[in-house]
Parts: sequence; structure tokens; C-alpha cells
Amino acid sequence: MKFGKKSLKLMSAVVGALMVGGLLAGCGAGGDNDKEIKVGANFELTGNQANYGTAARDGLKLAIKECNDAGGIDGKKITLVEADSKSEPSEAVNAATKLISDDGVKVMVGPAVTANVMAESQVATDNKVPIIAPCATSPDVTVENGKAKPFVFRSCFIDPQQGEVMAQFASKELKAKTAVLYLDSSSDYSKSLGKVFKEKFEAAGGKVVMEEAFLAKDQDFKAALTKIKTANADVVFIPAYYEEVGKIVKQARELGIQSKLLGTDGWDDPKVVDIAGADALNNTFFSTHYFEKDEEVQGFIKAYKEEYGKDPNVFAALGYDAGKMMIDAIKRAGGTDPEKLVKALEETKDLQVGTGKITMDAATHNPIKSAVILEMQNGVKALKAKIQPEG
Amino acid sequence: MDFTHQLVQQLINGISLGSIYALIALGYTMIYGIIKLINFAHGDVYMVGAYIGFFAITQAGLGVVPALLISMVTTGILGMVIEKLAYKPLRHAPRISVLITAIGVSFFLEYTSMYFVTPTPRTFPAVLDNVAFNVGPFVVNGQQLMIFAVTILLMVILTYIVQRTKTGKAMRAASYDTETAQLMGIDSDRVISFTFGIGSALAAAAGVLVGIYYNSIDPLMGIMPGVKAFVAAVLGGIGILPGAVVGGLILGVVEALVAGFVSSTFRDAAAFAILILVLLFKPTGIFGKNTREKV
Repeated sequence: MKFGKKSLKLMSAVVGALMVGGLLAGCGAGGDNDKEIKVGANFELTGNQANYGTAARDGLKLAIKECNDAGGIDGKKITLVEADSKSEPSEAVNAATKLISDDGVKVMVGPAVTANVMAESQVATDNKVPIIAPCATSPDVTVENGKAKPFVFRSCFIDPQQGEVMAQFASKELKAKTAVLYLDSSSDYSKSLGKVFKEKFEAAGGKVVMEEAFLAKDQDFKAALTKIKTANADVVFIPAYYEEVGKIVKQARELGIQSKLLGTDGWDDPKVVDIAGADALNNTFFSTHYFEKDEEVQGFIKAYKEEYGKDPNVFAALGYDAGKMMIDAIKRAGGTDPEKLVKALEETKDLQVGTGKITMDAATHNPIKSAVILEMQNGVKALKAKIQPEG
Repeated sequence: MDFTHQLVQQLINGISLGSIYALIALGYTMIYGIIKLINFAHGDVYMVGAYIGFFAITQAGLGVVPALLISMVTTGILGMVIEKLAYKPLRHAPRISVLITAIGVSFFLEYTSMYFVTPTPRTFPAVLDNVAFNVGPFVVNGQQLMIFAVTILLMVILTYIVQRTKTGKAMRAASYDTETAQLMGIDSDRVISFTFGIGSALAAAAGVLVGIYYNSIDPLMGIMPGVKAFVAAVLGGIGILPGAVVGGLILGVVEALVAGFVSSTFRDAAAFAILILVLLFKPTGIFGKNTREKV
């Protein structure tokens, strides 16, 4: 194609006008005005992590709805702008950039999965927009080179705490001497938990005798499980998400693996019981954020059921917590000025959220929060231990 | 468990996994055989089949066999519609255009389903008793046997249709040379449409069986099996029906052995290494004859 000089000029003029128009429109739409506070939700709405992202988003929406129904913050309503990170780190960056520059949000919640938050955190730091990660549990999410990333926060506990809790539990409570790790090699979450568990379990005198791996979305685990069966270990540690966990537990029991199976918060979903079956889940233990029969979480569970007509899973609960933490901080900061908001987030103390109480550790931007260990008994969760945070 | 025991158990695991690859690969290979199209949407058609079966069982309260049939028929029709809308207009377009369209159809199916059924995985109700047979130290369960049997049965029926019936003859003629077949009075478009119908129905059968066996389905469940079935089809010789089954079984067994005796991390690497090796050294696959390109 060839353009004449004239048409080129004309085109550049049109393009130029469009760009200026876009900028002006962007300014007009951006920022707070008298009636609303714009916050962004950057979640995995499509792609293979969408079941986690959408659950967390639903929890967050509930927290915001409750706040708006109660009159908002200083008379201003919170408007949630959603963006889709498509379950990919690079798309999480795009979505964050869009939320900040096109929609003009001043604070963001999400995404659900560690790798996506890690990717997003640079954009947040560059633009001085605080983000709260609801369920990314890897320590590297909020800390870089030993220092907290100034604009990155989270509202859940971290992997070392969780991995340590399970390693201690395995060696002290279950008196396990040998363990097998079965990790999701496509997930940072799973690998980092495996590392911590191994370290702490061997420090406590146990031995990790075998390490095997699978990939998210696998359907058939029998080959690796047959191998794991030969190890005949006391416990098998499977830090992974419920979809795969359900199938792994089902197939492990079908193959006759009798070892105790241990897991982490990724297990905490009613679907695990549907997929694996209640019988197969006997003799399994996992750490998670809350116990559904605990007094203090009843309010959240009831509200969630009324809103969505189903029981919340752990991702929904953590999305709700992140929302609560954000709303509280905006209230105390008196708006969304980045510096003030960061300070308010750092000063979060004894805040009652859906799953318990949160106090922020300003040095690491990790909350100090209790964890629980649950045992599955005929498909019903039973509280095995409640671990209070240090300090 | 000593080495032999573990080996036999892994062979059992591999054959049951391989039967599923084979079932999906059958449809792949049929469609390739007739219009030389790698139908990347095939894995997603398999997913749609699983969902139709799921809703037939849970919403309509049907048994396994009616649900399986309904799913096969509906998905077969879907396959024909896809062919009509997406591939037929491109019959004379370069092959790469059709290939890219197939990828587009694949995404379309994945995300349309995700919109309607939500990304949360669904669990099949326990419709079949899963009897575990303990033969000595080995474990085989009823569903594994059923999947294997269904795969072989469908392969036999298909081979019969293709080799012995008039439609099959038309299919073979169209696959050999579509235009000449048309000149001989064969309605190629109808034959192609029929092939898509059968291929998609097979995928649906695989989808429902997998749903029952693994007990969990989700909108993106078709991606990996689709790719693996493609490897199986290429390994056996793409376009050849028994090739798809043998390719699927070999792939399943190789994956199980690699995971069991080398490392589970290398499992997928082994599957794709097979694809590369086959393409390098015998691109026509195990059952393929070396045909010279007509100039």
C-alpha cells in the first residue's frame, strides 16, 4: 500500500486527535471524585486459574457491597473496576497497567496466584499504587532483597509458616519418620512449600525419601503414585490446589496407598470431597486459614451464602479479607493518597476480617494471622490444631 | 513391591491412560484422513461432550448409557455445525488458514463454555460402581477395563464403517482425492460433514468416560489430552484408524514407564520427544506407508 503525502498528514492528524482525546477522557475518568472511590480488582477471570481468581473476586465484591450498603466511606461509594489477568503473569501486568492508566484506580486487590502477583508488583511500585494480594502465600511476593516492597501487601499467611506448621505436625503429632513430596511443578506455590517442608521436616529428624512432580490440569496420576507407593512413607505431602488434590487422593487410595496425606490451604474447598470421595479423604490433614465452624467466621459464611447461594471456599474468604483490609485502610487514611494509604495499611492492627484478626507486620508487609490444621473425617472437616502466630 | 510388580502395575496404568488418548485420537485421525486438517478444536469438542454427558446425568437424571448416547449425538451435530460454519468456507483456502481457524474454534469453545458453565470444575456423580480388582498385588478397576473395552469396540465399529459400508467407501474415496471423488458423483461435502459428526461423537464418548473415570471436568480439560491425542495419532500414522489406537496405547505406556522409573517430571517431555522423533525419522508413523507426493 502507498500513502500520498496528503493522506499521511491527514492520518497523523486523526491519530493525534484520537490520542489527545483518549488522554483527556482518561483524565476525566481517572481518580476519585466526590461520589466514588475507584478500586481495581485484577483477577484470573479466564484461563486455567480462573476458578481461584473468580472465587477471590466474589469474596472481594461481597466486602465492598457490605461497605457500600453501610453508607460507603465518608459518604463515598466504592466502585470496583475489574480486569482479567487471564491466568498469565504477562497479562496480569497488562491488566494492572490498564487499571492504573485507563481506569485511574488508586489501589488494587489481586491476583490470586503467586506468580501473577509477582509480575504485577513492579507496575504497582512504579506507579505508586498499593496492591493487596489476597491469597499469594510465597514470601517473595512482598519482600525483595530483604526489604518489604513499599506498595505490595498481602492479607494471608505465608508459605514458610504453613510449610513449617505442617512439617512440625507431621513429625511431632503424627510421629512421621519418612515423607514423600508430590509437587505441582508448574506452580511456584507448590514448589516453595515443598522446599520449606523438606527443610523443616529434616531438621526435626525426619527424612524425605522421594520427590515426585505433576502438572496442573493433569488427569492421571497413577504412574507417579504407583512409584510413591513403593516408598511406603509415613506421610505424603501434597501442597497443591484442590482440583488436582481431589484426583490425586482418589487415585492414591484406589492404588492402595495407606499413608497419611498432608496438604495446605489449596486443599480447602468443598470440591475436594466431591472429587475424591469421603472415604478416600480419611487420614488426610491440611493447614488452612480458618475453620468453618469457628465462632468468628460465621458472619462471613452467612453473608456469603445469602449473596451467592453457596458455601464460600478459602479463596473467597481470603478475597473478602483483602477487601476488608483495604476498606479499613482507606477509611483510616481518609482517602486514597498513596503515601497515606501505605502507612494506613502498615498500621493495620487487630482488624476483624472474615477469617479472624489481622495485624500487619510493617517490616515484611505480611499479616500476623493464625493458621489451623484440619483433618478430614468421613468428608467433614474437623479441627485438629489451631496455631497462634508468634508475637 | 519389587520391580516386576511395579512394572506390571505401570503397564496397567499406561494402558488405561493410553485408551483415553486412543479414543480421542480416533476422531483426530479420521478428520485428518479426510480433509488433511489438524483439528485443534478436537480436544475442546471432547470437553463439550463431557459437559453434555454431565448435564444429561445430573439435570435430566439419565443413566450412563443414555447420557453417553445423547452426548455423542449432540456433540456429533455440534461437530457438523463447526465444520459447516468454520471450515467449509475455507475448503479451497491455504491449509494454514484452516489450521489457524481451528485454533480459533478451540478458543471459542473453551471460553464460551467457561462463560456458561463457569470455570469451577464439576464433579460427576458416582454413576458406575468402581470395583477394584486385586489380582495378586496388582490393582485394576472396573472403569479402566470399561474404557479399554469401549475404545476397542469403537475402533472395530469404525473400521467396519470405513472398510465395508458405502459411506466408508465414499469417505476413503474423498480422502484419496476429493475432487475426483466429486466427479464420480460422491457428495464430498456430505462425506466430510459425516466424518466430522462421527469424529466429534467419538470425542464426546471419550469426554463422558473420562468424566466418570476421573470424576472431574472443567472447561479447559481438553487442551492437554487434545495435544497428547495428536501425538498419538501422529505416532500411529495420522489418518489410519488402528494406528490411532496403537499410538495412543504406546504413548500411555511410555508416559507411565517414564513417570514410574525415570521421573514424573520427564513424563510430558517423553511424550513430546516421541512426537519429534517420529516426525524426524518416520513422519508417516508406525502404520504409515511411504507414499510419494504426486506432482
